[in-house]
Amino acid sequence: MTTINGFINAINDELNKNKEYLTELDGLIGDADHGINMARGFNAVVTKITDEDTDIGATLKKVGMTLISTVGGAAGPLYGTAFMKAGGASVGMTRLDSETVEKMISLALTGIKDRGKAMKGEKTMIDAIEPALEAVRVGIENGNSLIECLEMAIVAAEEGVEFTKSIRATKGRASYLGDRSIGHQDPGATSSLIILKAVTAHYKTKVLEV
Amino acid sequence: MVGIVIVSHSKKVAEGIKDLAMQMVGPEQKIICAGGMEDGGIGTDAVRICDAIQSADSGQGVVVLVDLGSAVISSNLALELLQENGIDTQVTLADAPILEGAISAAVQAFIGGSMKEVVEAAELAREVLKLL
Repeated sequence: MTTINGFINAINDELNKNKEYLTELDGLIGDADHGINMARGFNAVVTKITDEDTDIGATLKKVGMTLISTVGGAAGPLYGTAFMKAGGASVGMTRLDSETVEKMISLALTGIKDRGKAMKGEKTMIDAIEPALEAVRVGIENGNSLIECLEMAIVAAEEGVEFTKSIRATKGRASYLGDRSIGHQDPGATSSLIILKAVTAHYKTKVLEV
Repeated sequence: MVGIVIVSHSKKVAEGIKDLAMQMVGPEQKIICAGGMEDGGIGTDAVRICDAIQSADSGQGVVVLVDLGSAVISSNLALELLQENGIDTQVTLADAPILEGAISAAVQAFIGGSMKEVVEAAELAREVLKLL
C-alpha cells in the first residue's frame, strides 16, 4: 500500500543522495547551497509526516509550510508554494489519478511562476516543470496510464534541464553572472527533475508490489 | 505608529540595521527583525516574517524592508499567508535600499507619518547620493 509518507520519504532519500551534486551545480552559478538547503528542508519534513497522514492534500500543505521555514534560499518559498498549491488540488484524497496529478502539477507551476515572477526560458525550475506538465497532458489525451504519463514527464523534464545549459539566467543569483551562466545546468530545474524521478520510481515499485 | 519589519538573509544584518535605525527614534517605535532562519542560518523564512509583521503592528500598519532576491519572494508569500489566515494587517513592501530605507522609514513612522508617507520616505532613500 502506498502512502503519501512513502512518497515524501522517497523524495527525501533522493535529495539527500544528490545533496553534493546539487550544491556543486549551484556553486558554479549561484551561492552553493541548493543541495544543502533542499536536504535540510526535506530532512525536517520527514520528521513531521508519518503513515498516519493519509489525506494527500493536507499532508502536502504541511510539507509546503515546513519547506518555507527550513530551506532558506529562494527554493524555500518557491517549493513551499508549489507543495501547498499541489495540496490544494488533492485535499481529502487518499489516491491519485492522472487528472488529479495534472491539476497538482499545473497549480504548483502557476504558484511558482506567480511567486517568482518568472516564466519558461529563464534558467529556473520552471524549465523542467512546464515541459513535464505538458507531457502529462499529452499522456492523458492519448489515454496513457499514470505511470506512462510520469515517465513521459521525466523525459520532458530531462530535456528541460538540458535546455537550461544553453540559456542565460535572468532570475535569481545566477542572473548576476549574465552570459557566464551559459553552459551550466540550472540546479533548481535539476532538483525538480530529481523530485519527479523519485516520485515515479517509488510509485513504480509500489504498483509492481500489488 | 506605523511598524517596521526588517527582512534580511542574515540575522546579524537585520539586527545591525535595527540598531542603527533605533538611534534615530524613541524606544516606542516598533522595528522588528526577521533575519535569517530559525536555526541562525542564512536565508529567509516567510513564517518568521509573518510573526514579525504581527509583532510590529499596533493598528496603523506595517512597512517591510527587504534585502535581496528570496527576501522579496518570502515577504510576498508572508503577505499571502497572513491573508489566508484572516489577518487583515495593512502591510506594504517598500522598494528601497534596506539600510537607508529603514532609517528614513523609522524617522517618518516615529513622527507619526501615515503608511503612505513611511513607504515614500523609505523609497526616497533610493535617491540619496553619498558622494557629492
